[in-house]
Amino acid sequence: MATSTETTRTGTGADLVAAEDVLLFVNAAITATGQREFRSTAYQQRLSLDFLHEYVRVNYRRVYAAALALDINDHNAVRIAQGLLESAADANAEEKRTEGRLIAARLAKLPPQRVYRLFRALRGAKVNNRRTRAIMRDWLAARPDPAHDAVKYRAGLKTAARHVHLRFGGPGEPGETGDFLFRPGRRPRYRHQLLDAWRRAHYEQGAVDELPFTVAEGFAARHGMKREVFLERMVPRMTRLERLRTQGQRSTGDDVRLPTDIDLTVMPLTRLALYVLSLGFEVRGLHRKELTHALRTAARRAAGPHAGSWGRVAAVLDDSYSSSGSGEKRRRPLAVALACHFLLEALAAPGAYIPLWTSGGTDPLLVRPWGPTPLGTRVLDALEHGPDRLVIVSDGWDNAPPGLAGEVLRVWRSRLDPDRRTAVVHVNPVYDADGFDVRRLAQGVPTAGIRDAEDLPALVEIAQFAEGLTGPAALYAYLDRQVARFVSGEKAGAAS
Amino acid sequence: MNRLELAGLAARPAQVWGGIRLVPLVREQPVEGLRLHREIYTGYGNGVVDVGPRTHYTSYIPHGFVADWSGEGVRSAAYGTQLGTGNSPGNPPRTARLHRNRHHRMAKRQPGDRLRFLPLHLAMEGYLALHFGGPAVAWEEWSRQALRDGLSPRAEDAYMGWSVRGLGDALRAFEIHPGQCGVMVYAADALAAAFVLPHPDDYRLLHPSLVQDLYGELVHQYALYGAPVAEFAARISDGPHLRSLAGLRAAARAQEREWAEAHDTLFARELLDTSYTFDRVYRMGSFTLWRFLPPFLRNGEGQHIGETITDHKGQVAYLKTFRLSEAQIRRGHLLHRLSDADWRLSQAAVALGTTEEELVRRIRAAGFESLLRARA
Repeated sequence: MATSTETTRTGTGADLVAAEDVLLFVNAAITATGQREFRSTAYQQRLSLDFLHEYVRVNYRRVYAAALALDINDHNAVRIAQGLLESAADANAEEKRTEGRLIAARLAKLPPQRVYRLFRALRGAKVNNRRTRAIMRDWLAARPDPAHDAVKYRAGLKTAARHVHLRFGGPGEPGETGDFLFRPGRRPRYRHQLLDAWRRAHYEQGAVDELPFTVAEGFAARHGMKREVFLERMVPRMTRLERLRTQGQRSTGDDVRLPTDIDLTVMPLTRLALYVLSLGFEVRGLHRKELTHALRTAARRAAGPHAGSWGRVAAVLDDSYSSSGSGEKRRRPLAVALACHFLLEALAAPGAYIPLWTSGGTDPLLVRPWGPTPLGTRVLDALEHGPDRLVIVSDGWDNAPPGLAGEVLRVWRSRLDPDRRTAVVHVNPVYDADGFDVRRLAQGVPTAGIRDAEDLPALVEIAQFAEGLTGPAALYAYLDRQVARFVSGEKAGAAS
Repeated sequence: MNRLELAGLAARPAQVWGGIRLVPLVREQPVEGLRLHREIYTGYGNGVVDVGPRTHYTSYIPHGFVADWSGEGVRSAAYGTQLGTGNSPGNPPRTARLHRNRHHRMAKRQPGDRLRFLPLHLAMEGYLALHFGGPAVAWEEWSRQALRDGLSPRAEDAYMGWSVRGLGDALRAFEIHPGQCGVMVYAADALAAAFVLPHPDDYRLLHPSLVQDLYGELVHQYALYGAPVAEFAARISDGPHLRSLAGLRAAARAQEREWAEAHDTLFARELLDTSYTFDRVYRMGSFTLWRFLPPFLRNGEGQHIGETITDHKGQVAYLKTFRLSEAQIRRGHLLHRLSDADWRLSQAAVALGTTEEELVRRIRAAGFESLLRARA
């Protein structure tokens, strides 16, 4: 991205401010989802995020678009895409071309339900310029099976098709989907199996099994089918997450067994950590071996080429009460800490990893969100081991006593380790609505927002910009590289 | 016994939420032999309490506390409820006539070493009954009604914890310490309430009950109008003497110690340094349930009424306080002075260093108008 070639020439104050704004927005776009957090309400979160999006879109439009290339969360990716398309008039032709490519690349990576929701929002906002239509049409054309979408995302596809005046019926597809959506009842039967199953499912219980799980659920309820029986029959048609989600309903009674139909080791690391934390203590204790193995495997995969390359690593992991998250993001901060634990274990040199939980616990598999956050003391404990790298995973609310972690880190940096033998980085899974950023611990310690532990290596790279050692020029160059890589289709980060 | 001894309890760093500051109190060792539990009542806190023959008062009662010194453990108290049945004169029975479900009635049949009491009502009732009978001698200034009925009826306003701004959020976001047995609640850095329990498990159970408790008018106003209070963040001076990690650790430790000392001498001083009038309510084994009243000094400091359970060494096992507002302190002060002077206005005026007219004005201003005869 050719951002601010004119500003990077001089390292002026304005330039530094711009770089800080960029990092602030990236942190927010990674962590904030507009949902309730432990300390702020959903409304506060949305208000704060609204402001931030508008501020960055108006002042740093190129950076705003470039954020799509980073490992930001889906909620913000959709918001950015919508923001860019809504305010198309503010961009010049060159910018529009870059934006279009970025949006298209991002939409291809998003889950379809989010994209359909974005299309609905665009329709609601009456955004129907040529570029928007082209982007929507391209995305719809790239969907593998329109009939599947027509059944599973019926309203979404209908809205989108209406909005872009989409014509159904290509060479291999004789307009059945179009009739299915807009002229129901015209055809006595459909040649496409899925469409026909949907038609028959209205009066025939046998057809329900042929539908996608979420669609079948509604029909099953309508037919009054027994939930357990229905779920057992649907298992082969469920996605992995659906299988995990219904595991509790499928097993009878207090049966404490792990799902046999899902290979836990192939799950993404943070997702797996969330699943482990959703299990009771007995189950976790009973299946300690399998769960640890799955987490280790997922961590090794996430570490990829970085595995074993970080030297001596000490981690301060926050399992205080506030890591329980909220009703909408249950145990998310704790799951990130747990996932980071296993990831760091894989990244560190063999046997050179020291985890320190704030509660003082030593069994990562049995963590629970409980107690205060004595980060300062734990940081001291960690520094005593003389690590090459210190990683702090915390929401930044240090309360026993408040601010001690910041003081310890400051004094450590200024008096005991001025030549930076230990690299310290703080990753924070919680967006602070009042501060428009994630909460920081100390001035000299870079803080990066984190959503999935898998992004940790990439985030540590971003965090070095926050330290102020590398200038804004390097930051913009980094963004350019990410955008180029993203648009050319190569996977930039560790995971999405 | 005239002071509160918080021996065995150590203050941990405060957690701040807006204008509310919560200071956790941690015990090294839980108090042996006493547990407290909550008993929940129906009716959204509307309750009528009998305080004597043909005397009752109506108040907000969200729940009762059950003190269990049977040593039988957690489960037993949840079923067993023994109502205070002191039938001897001078110790009127405090029974609550409340909507109870069958559960309670069943459990009532098997008395154990348990006592049910209504938190803060002991203290509040003690305050309301201050010189309740009115003048003991029929000086001519006092009205017929005052001589016949005394200060009846007296009512005081209090606010529910929910209506104290920020308290609910502060309690929700508060991170309970391991071994925590109590908390001091500050609104705009004025001590609003102290709450101490014998066992950490009890505290975890009763922590949310703080939001249903009674709080004084002053606390409500401070929380409503007060600005967010500052957090006492740790500060480590990084002089040249700090050359090793051990030195840094020592400095960090010193920060924690400093806070505990500062809290006891600065924040909680008004609660701990005041001498109280203790009034024994109930004896249970080696434990005693007291209520206490402050001296009602008008020196501008906060004054607290409350109730406490102490063990045989005088160590506080349970404590709950209510901060009186200025007007409430003034009323208590006035009643005390009048009583000390045998309700003789002239003598009381001398004791207060004022004139009789001024005293009459003060009595009226305090809301005791009906006590005085119309002519005065």
